[in-house]
Amino acid sequence: MKNEEEASERPDNTAFTQQQLPAWQPVLSAGIIIPGFLIIGLAFLGIGIALFLTSQTIQVLEMDYTGVEKDSPCFRCTSPSNQTCTCEVTFSLSTLFTGPVFFYYGLSNYFQNFRKYGVSKDDYQLTGDTQYFKSPRDVCFPYAHDSKNNPIVPCGAIASSMFNDTFELYQIINGTKKKVPLDGKGISWWTDYNIKYRNPLPVNGSFASAFDGTVKPINWPKAAYELDLTDPNNNGFLNQDFLVWMRRAALPQFRKLYRRITEGDYATGLPAGNYSLTVYYNYPVLSFDGRKKVVFSNVSWMGGKNDFLGIAYLVVGSLCVVMSVVMLIVYAKFKFSDDDDA
Amino acid sequence: MTWTNPLTLLRQGWTRHWNPERPVRTVVSNLPFEDLKKREQPNRQYEGNAIKTNKYRLWSFIPMNLFEQFHRMANIYFVGLAILNFVPVVNAFQPEVALIPICIILALTAVKDGWEDFRRYQTDQQLNNTPCFIFSRKQMCFVERRWKDVRVGDFVRVLSNEIIPADILLLHTSDPNGVCHMETSNLDGETSLKQRKVVPGFSTLGEPFQPHTFDSTVVCENPNNNLNLFKGYVERPDKRRTGFGIDSLLLRGCMVRNTDDAAGIVVYTGHETKSMLNNSGPRYKRSKIERKMNTDVLFCVVLLFFMCLIGALGHAIWLESFPSIPSYIVPDSNGNYTPSVLSGFYMFFTMIILLQVMIPVSLYVSIELVKMGQIFFITQDVELYDEELDRRVQCRALNITEDLGQIQYVFSDKTGTLTENKMVFRRCSIMGTEYCHEENAARLAVINGANEEEEVTIYQQTKLPSLFPLEELQDIHTGDENQANAQVTAANQRRSREAAGAQSDMAFSSPLETVVVPDRKLMLEVDREMASIQTGPYLDFFLALAVCNTVLLSSVTAQRQRVKGRRSSSYSGGSFHNMRQWFRKCGLGKVFTSMRFFKRRGETLRDPFSIDEDESDGFHSSDVSDATGQKDISSERKVKSGLSGSEEMCYEAHSPDEAALIHAAKAYGFTMVERTPHYVTVKLPDGALLKFEVLDILTFDSTRRRMSIIVRHPHTKEIIMYTKGADSAIMERLGNVFTDMSQVYSEAKQTAVKTQRDLDMYARNGLRTLCFAKKVISEQEFRAWSALRQEALSAIDEKEERLMETANFIESSFTLLGATGIEDRLQESVPETIQALRRAGMQVWVLTGDKPETAINIAYSCKLLEHEDLVFTFSTNRKSVFKMRVEDTLGELRRSTLSPGADPQFRGYSSAFTGPLMEPSIGLVIDGSTLSMAMSDELVEQFVELCKHCRAVLCCRVTPLQKSAVVKLIRQKLRVMTLAVGDGANDVNMIQAADVGIGVSGQEGMQAVMASDFAITRFKHLQRLLLVHGHWCYSRLANMVIYFFYKNVAYVNLLFWYQFFCGFSATAMIDYWLMIFFNLFFTSAPPIMFGIMEKEVSDSTLLSLPELYKRGQHSEGYRRSTFWIAILDAFYQSLVCFFIPYWTYNGSDIGIFAFGTPMNTVSLFTIILHLAIEIKSWTVVHWVIMIGSVLVYFIVTLAYSAICISCNPPSDPYWIMHKQMADPMFYLVCILTTVVALLPRYTLHVLRGTLAPSPHLRARQLERLSPSHREQRIREWRGLRDTCISPSPSA
Repeated sequence: MKNEEEASERPDNTAFTQQQLPAWQPVLSAGIIIPGFLIIGLAFLGIGIALFLTSQTIQVLEMDYTGVEKDSPCFRCTSPSNQTCTCEVTFSLSTLFTGPVFFYYGLSNYFQNFRKYGVSKDDYQLTGDTQYFKSPRDVCFPYAHDSKNNPIVPCGAIASSMFNDTFELYQIINGTKKKVPLDGKGISWWTDYNIKYRNPLPVNGSFASAFDGTVKPINWPKAAYELDLTDPNNNGFLNQDFLVWMRRAALPQFRKLYRRITEGDYATGLPAGNYSLTVYYNYPVLSFDGRKKVVFSNVSWMGGKNDFLGIAYLVVGSLCVVMSVVMLIVYAKFKFSDDDDA
Repeated sequence: MTWTNPLTLLRQGWTRHWNPERPVRTVVSNLPFEDLKKREQPNRQYEGNAIKTNKYRLWSFIPMNLFEQFHRMANIYFVGLAILNFVPVVNAFQPEVALIPICIILALTAVKDGWEDFRRYQTDQQLNNTPCFIFSRKQMCFVERRWKDVRVGDFVRVLSNEIIPADILLLHTSDPNGVCHMETSNLDGETSLKQRKVVPGFSTLGEPFQPHTFDSTVVCENPNNNLNLFKGYVERPDKRRTGFGIDSLLLRGCMVRNTDDAAGIVVYTGHETKSMLNNSGPRYKRSKIERKMNTDVLFCVVLLFFMCLIGALGHAIWLESFPSIPSYIVPDSNGNYTPSVLSGFYMFFTMIILLQVMIPVSLYVSIELVKMGQIFFITQDVELYDEELDRRVQCRALNITEDLGQIQYVFSDKTGTLTENKMVFRRCSIMGTEYCHEENAARLAVINGANEEEEVTIYQQTKLPSLFPLEELQDIHTGDENQANAQVTAANQRRSREAAGAQSDMAFSSPLETVVVPDRKLMLEVDREMASIQTGPYLDFFLALAVCNTVLLSSVTAQRQRVKGRRSSSYSGGSFHNMRQWFRKCGLGKVFTSMRFFKRRGETLRDPFSIDEDESDGFHSSDVSDATGQKDISSERKVKSGLSGSEEMCYEAHSPDEAALIHAAKAYGFTMVERTPHYVTVKLPDGALLKFEVLDILTFDSTRRRMSIIVRHPHTKEIIMYTKGADSAIMERLGNVFTDMSQVYSEAKQTAVKTQRDLDMYARNGLRTLCFAKKVISEQEFRAWSALRQEALSAIDEKEERLMETANFIESSFTLLGATGIEDRLQESVPETIQALRRAGMQVWVLTGDKPETAINIAYSCKLLEHEDLVFTFSTNRKSVFKMRVEDTLGELRRSTLSPGADPQFRGYSSAFTGPLMEPSIGLVIDGSTLSMAMSDELVEQFVELCKHCRAVLCCRVTPLQKSAVVKLIRQKLRVMTLAVGDGANDVNMIQAADVGIGVSGQEGMQAVMASDFAITRFKHLQRLLLVHGHWCYSRLANMVIYFFYKNVAYVNLLFWYQFFCGFSATAMIDYWLMIFFNLFFTSAPPIMFGIMEKEVSDSTLLSLPELYKRGQHSEGYRRSTFWIAILDAFYQSLVCFFIPYWTYNGSDIGIFAFGTPMNTVSLFTIILHLAIEIKSWTVVHWVIMIGSVLVYFIVTLAYSAICISCNPPSDPYWIMHKQMADPMFYLVCILTTVVALLPRYTLHVLRGTLAPSPHLRARQLERLSPSHREQRIREWRGLRDTCISPSPSA
């Protein structure tokens, strides 16, 4: 008899199999919803105000130097015949531009996120693997070999199209130019500089020899091993500007960090006064209606200036508060009378 | 009848093709060829007995499984995309990456298939290696071999309780009568024994079988799957032929019972055996939701097409917009720039690859998983477990669980479905005199009411003490005392009930049902006839009852060692099983007490000790005392031992009616004590044994609706045919009663008229009626007929027709003996169930083969019809009359329904939750012949319209084919979801025709269950199965499907919006791996759990408010609008999830994947929390899976972006997640976006809950109340529905 019972088909009578597990059944009652909306709303308003105020403290100075307009100082550089062109953009600050000041260059209508452009690099090459120097991966095509079939290092469209305008900033004090020191260290991601990218090992003690048998990207004026001859730690694939460029921008309108102003007299920021920015104008953008600009900005805990987020929080927060009031009315009108019936 | 595997059809077709000139199979003995090589064997073309149900072999598993899997559309889609991705001009990812999803899905499915196949392989191996005995000529004896060694033409011996290895033509048994018993429960679940006869002339009774002398040829049909049909003949070398039928075939998989050994020649082996051909496996139906879903998938395809088109056009226009080619546009391999139109064209395909998730292919896999889970929970429901049969609900169809929640029409069989199909003899009419068996009725009434022991006790003490001779017995035995004894008995009863393990009084009452208390008046008549003439209509009547059946006797202990775990469906088996237990509890002493008592009373003819009843104490003795029975114990015991030693015997009846009749005959002393193929022995009330020689049996079939047995009377040597059958089947074949007006027949005519009157009365009382008739056949007549019959039997072509013809020929000119009324009691809770189904908005139809009167009566008692209902009865043979009446009725109905002003259909829906209609409740009763007219082309529309108005429809006297035709008609014309429930072979058609077929495993075997999608044990389970599980499954699956669409669209659109900012170049800002993981791991478990475990309203509330079911009926959980709302919501959410980060980060120095990471995270939060809004009850499992999914996302993403330095170019996940998570902006964006994305949906839920709460929401609110308060509210709710109809319901 016992055995029979055990062999029984009888289902297990457990809370799980009988679907009777203790359960929390949230019911949207007025007592929860109205305070809920109110709390969320107030919290959002608080965050919104904080964000908005923080954003207001951030100073931003943007200057377009593409030279489309005729009166632009760089207009003359836009003609294709002008190979090496320098132009000067002047601006004045009425108050102290609090430091540390971040110096960005910005491009618009530039699709670094174009898919075929994005895949066009050889990560193995960039880790310093000289094997890939000889034969770059196919993805770099057609920026893998030059017309004489020499391998290009670094290969690919991204590297090839590297931004190559350079800037010098001067403060004009009493008619004399005082160079503002620009700090190019640590502007790229720490992981890119220290882990992801690697230079090839020097051959016979010469860094340049490691690149033997390769050619520089067609658009580049200098080879990779000549990017910064002054600082071996900023040369080759570990060149900060190169690293910044290689981290593709998400959107067609972007800016990339060029330098920081952290040194000398300018450690606390750019004092009020007149400044002159010398632009070594190389990078063509007019072919795609692009714009180039420089941006000076300081940062806060929330990064760069961003009014949107603060405003959005304020809007949503007030919406929630309004909603809770509406709910209150709705409940007063319908629900409570309903409860009286019951 | 039974579902045929297409493969089988194919195989049959092939075989036919292979042997075009050979419609039959010829088999000769293998023995003379034993030493020959295989290709010289005569039976070489037949398959061996080894079976192989596994599809794959080890070496061919991968290619074959892949081949199988590529039959699925979804997989082809995947593969197509993967291939597309290998085309360089259109690829979106690295080619390998696109292979990941398809590989994972294929691998998962392959593992599942492989495991299942391995299990099948193991079972096959086990079966193939089962030992069996095959005759070997070399050793001149049966030697042990394996099942797989059995070949067609071998001689195989099967011992008692062994399983038969192949289909064997029975040539020899150890039984002196040449029969062999077989239990077919492995095949069809029927535990009653089936008797098989040897083909005569190939073995000598009592001697060992000598197969090597067998030199004949067996000719039989080609293999087919009909378990009840088999025909052929054995041709001897001298061309003499002996016919045989299914009753000589031992079927593979069955078990030999009661027979020491049986032997025969193998005719079908392996996959060609009838059992294997019947083995069709689980059935696949496509559910309504899935059909709907597939069209929505098509919408997704259209949507995808448009999105890709936008992408393609956008790309082309974007390319055109440049004055010259910018530096970031990469030329093609030739250094040329692709023309923008061509690029746009390529981009179209690239977009398809990028946005492929739009088509929710994972939905199909998820649905399969969800349904597995749903089925698990349905079968686990302890409320649907039947204690008595030890059975759960079975889900045989694996993928239509949610259809249970959408049923609109229920078609039910009556007998065995609504009723117990446990027949109780109630009344009889003999020679025009009605014997109402009042005492028996009173006794049954007591049993019915005896749910409480107290009641029994009270009854025993106060009313009708003579009916409960227990007391009388105790009076005699222990003197005049005591109520105490009665109490003891009651206690015994209770204990016995507990022992039987039954919660109801069913098991307890079943032994009581077999016992009939004879009618005193009738008893006297029988006595008188017995005493005087030894013949007469009364004796004939009871002889007919005892003889005219196919009931078998079996000894209990010999073979009935069934484990309780197996079902004991057979009427007698079940009841005796319980009885034995009862007996053990009550102790033997009592029986001997009663035996002494019988002796003392010693008056007449009763035989309470025959075979089975010796165990029942109280109730058994009731008939004895009542019958003032006389009894000779010693003679009785002698008979008993002579029959079966000291073993108990039981009747094995195929139909419960037969069992009821044979027990009734026994109550009057006519006990069938032995049945062999050639003899039936009946013990008469005076103890004499009458051994009838059985000359022929014309078995029951649904066309003739009668059965006959032709016997030779042992004393008079007359050839007598006893026939029983439906009253119409007998009455119209009485010998010229109604035509010949001569004096001789006037008496007979009067009898017939009176009997007919009684029959009508029985039917009105809801009894099942059977007529009994007799015919004396002269010797020549019989001989002539017999020759014809033999010829028909050995015919191969048109055998059925010819048999029918011969049967009809002999079955005529009957003399009417009488009629019986058998009660078939309603199952428990049938009226409640029907009412609940009704309240849930289902139309209930009952289709039965019974007479209209019987059916109407049952319909009233099970609340299908109410007394205030307007009932139309259609029963006519004239089409014109019928047509007129239908039109009249329809006109009337239209007027009455149109007058309130609203369109009835619309009203029907809008009032679904506010109140029922004030329409008069209309019932329709229609009989079979009228029904066939109604379904003729010109009337069908009107009939269907009429049916739409009816609350209940009752179809009487319908054939199985008509049943299915009705179901099909309603299903097609009204486009409704239909459910058919039935228990017998006659319901199989209907069950298969309906959207959902439910089999009740009852008294009539398993054919209905085999054909069904779900199998239950009691009709009342339907209520829970539909209202609770159906409802749950429906809303779970509907919500899950909607959610899945939403989820995929919401996620894919993120990518789509990004295309507007990357020149439509199919760039993804999310790492491909994370994208794939997102669907596969991060967001797949919650919806699956949701689909399995969501519980919006508890089962108790669903049962108390069946109205809630209507949501599923009207498909409110999943309609086109729900789908589009979900899609719109998905668009909105994806816009929010994209543009809030976009505006936050636009113009900044953010990198492409750093931009995608917050979006991915935000999507995850949105998608998970969206589900959280939908989840109505949170159990531990919910919490674990929801929180787990988020954790898994963060862990995997962090781990991935820490490990993947440059593992997956061009994407660059390295350290991005870490950097983002160190930035407060990331969190600010996540919080804002999630809240904004979910705010509308949440607000909508809140507002809807407050302003217009759905019935479900209200029901949910009820659940929070205290039980008493809740009941009051439920009553109010219902009351509201019943009263507030008169003001316009649509307001």
